[in-house]
Amino acid sequence: MTTAPPPLLELADIAKSFGAVRALRNGRFELRAGEIHALAGENGAGKSTLMNIIDGILQPDSGSIHIDGQPVRIDSPATAQGLGIGFVHQEIALCADISVAENIFMAETAQSRRRLMGGADLIARAAKVLAPLAAIDPRLPAGSLSISQQQLVEIAKALTLDCRILILDEPTAALTGHEAQKLFGIMRNLAARGMGIIYISHRMAEIFQNCDRVTVMRDGQHIRTDRTRDITPADVVNAMVGRQIDALYPAKLTGQRGPEILSVTKLTDRRYQDVSFALHRGEILGFAGLIGAGRSEIARGVTRLEGKARGEVRLYGEAVTLRDYADCIAKGIVYLSEDRKGDGLFLDLSIAANIAALDLSRIAGRGGVIDPARETEQAQRIGTSLKLKAASMAHPVVSLSGGNQQKVALAKLLAVEPKVIFLDEPTRGVDVGAKAEIHGILRGLAHSGVGVAVISSEMPELIGLCDRVLVVSEGRIAGELSGADLTETNIMTLAAPGALSGAMALSGTLP
Amino acid sequence: MNMTAQDRSLLSRLFGARETGLVLIILTLFIIMSFASPHFLTWTNMRAMTMAFSVEAIVVVGMTILLISGGIDLSVGSVTALAMVIAGLLFLNGVNPWVASLIAIAACAGIGAVIGFFVTFVGLHHFIVTLGAMVIARGLCLLGTGGRPLGLFELPESFKWIGIGSIGVIPVAIVIFVIVVVAFDFLLRRTTAFRLVYYTGSNEKAAAYSGIRTKRVIFLTTVLCSTLCGVAGIIYMARFGSAQPTFGVGMELNVIAAAVIGGASLSGGKGTIFGAILGAILLSLVSSSLALLNVSVYWQDIIRGTILLAAVTFDHYLVKRQAAGGRA
Repeated sequence: MTTAPPPLLELADIAKSFGAVRALRNGRFELRAGEIHALAGENGAGKSTLMNIIDGILQPDSGSIHIDGQPVRIDSPATAQGLGIGFVHQEIALCADISVAENIFMAETAQSRRRLMGGADLIARAAKVLAPLAAIDPRLPAGSLSISQQQLVEIAKALTLDCRILILDEPTAALTGHEAQKLFGIMRNLAARGMGIIYISHRMAEIFQNCDRVTVMRDGQHIRTDRTRDITPADVVNAMVGRQIDALYPAKLTGQRGPEILSVTKLTDRRYQDVSFALHRGEILGFAGLIGAGRSEIARGVTRLEGKARGEVRLYGEAVTLRDYADCIAKGIVYLSEDRKGDGLFLDLSIAANIAALDLSRIAGRGGVIDPARETEQAQRIGTSLKLKAASMAHPVVSLSGGNQQKVALAKLLAVEPKVIFLDEPTRGVDVGAKAEIHGILRGLAHSGVGVAVISSEMPELIGLCDRVLVVSEGRIAGELSGADLTETNIMTLAAPGALSGAMALSGTLP
Repeated sequence: MNMTAQDRSLLSRLFGARETGLVLIILTLFIIMSFASPHFLTWTNMRAMTMAFSVEAIVVVGMTILLISGGIDLSVGSVTALAMVIAGLLFLNGVNPWVASLIAIAACAGIGAVIGFFVTFVGLHHFIVTLGAMVIARGLCLLGTGGRPLGLFELPESFKWIGIGSIGVIPVAIVIFVIVVVAFDFLLRRTTAFRLVYYTGSNEKAAAYSGIRTKRVIFLTTVLCSTLCGVAGIIYMARFGSAQPTFGVGMELNVIAAAVIGGASLSGGKGTIFGAILGAILLSLVSSSLALLNVSVYWQDIIRGTILLAAVTFDHYLVKRQAAGGRA
């Protein structure tokens, strides 16, 4: 064997924590020149954190990065660009009002010494970059393009940077099959010219058809790296999800579940179609699915927080008309937002004021005059039942830890004694202890007769907490899992159809 | 002049920390001025000082509530002047002054409704809509009067009473001011309807996610602010005995400064009426003190601006420290 040249990019022992959450423990990745290297893992496995470290957006707590065998420190995206690293993010970040051409050469404009923007020259160069990808007029404002065209512009933008390392984060999520095929063609061309490409995807078929190697991450750790021709898609899926569920979760429902509390029939809106489900007394119902599949949208559609969903909603068997969210609250159907800080809490208001927000009449006397004593009493009563740790109910919510903030968000809903409660990512950004407490609270609610529906991106949470899980895929309910069928592999199979099931059928190891 | 711990805790219970600080600053300034100028601690000066801010303070109330809901209104000065002009023109055309005043206040409410419409239904920013309203309302004032003040010499004494009369030794304008301030402070602190204003301003999305009809809240606080400008305009008219189309130029800055010094935030969700009134008192006290000390008028603006910046900077660090302290 001859001595191989050092890999193009090598990351070793990368660790990164956000407060109490350890996003990466043992991040490891190796990219060779001329290869397309897939990175796979569940949501929250640490893929994005690792990529953001490569791109200089985040700084690792420890670990080393080498490019061509030389140690480097990447302290900003500009440094990353200087080192020849290009990153196409999953989220599209174009300036909607300026032309495609100007968007493509944004980075160049920022660094250029020229004072004037180029005119015809810029458009011609943009057209040249775009030509192999799609027929897009570079003079159009970026905002006028479709999502898939915008995604292609993002890719074109990265291609102009003259990079040696290209990171593509789920680039095909918004693309049609035809566009994706074109993209793969370009990727192979670039790799043949010596570029190293990191390709992040959930879709097994894409990984196995287009990538040379695949690295699997789980829980912030490197699990395995193999050549795609040496392993099967099933191996990758098992590596992604294979983990024992421990006893961190409360005991599930034993015996018969109760009668229907809420039933939804043929709920349809722009983002989802013909969604029907029933929520029974005593059970915790889970909603699984990839990000963007429509899970949250369904919950926000039922509660009238978003969109104009058509369909029938019955509460205790009776059809109800829900005009807006205020109506839902009045009928006892509430929603816990996935974005606690963005739209769940009033961070600078007191804990008591937060808990009272959904229904002020509970703390007010005649003429709508608030009784501060009742306000404090309500907050203390619900806070105690949730084991909320706070020095005073008059303190602003921003002074609490993530777990306690989440308990306030939950208390806010429980204050109206809801009949049905939708929880979107109820334990996101919460440490392990508080997480188990929240799970216990939810089980207690279900036990006391409240209808509990949990939306989560964490499969262990869905499997450990829920009695029954509906898997949402591309705006439809792809299947229902419970009991022994409720496994990560089954959820993944239903959640990522086409791609995954196609690959599975190919490998012949799974139904 | 050191306060005992008990006094301080009593103050803190009555007001928040911010209000307590302002009261202490005002008291300190008051005591210093009593020694510095023989004209300061006289009944005439006290009365003049209170009269000077009492009417503007009604506008401060409206602005503070609007700021808490997350809005702002640059048109308060022009709308106050327009109330005067509308009521004055109607009166000169034979309308009963009380009826004319009600029509003028309703017209101001209408302007608030138009601003509110553009903000909530069209979706424009308060700043730009009220900038437009400010210019238009001023234009209407000048158009209606030809740019000259309207002399309203025929106004009956019973009407002028609200501007220059007294109940016992207390001027009526000050009585109205106290009633408005106490009433709105109570409403804002204690009623469910006004609590929605805090929720909406603190985090509009979270308010919507709490079932609050936030657009309605913002619309109504906008209308309330313009309506209170109308009320202030009528009191000014009764006091001056004339309608002045150029009155209130720059008033918005003074009013916003008072509210912000009193603890309101331009990003919404924060502020109290008492705090804002203390801010108005402080600004007024500083102005009249400087005048008594024969400091050039030009310095007054510079000092007022400096106080505003100092208050906001102080607030900024207080908030940062709170957030950092809480994380531990």
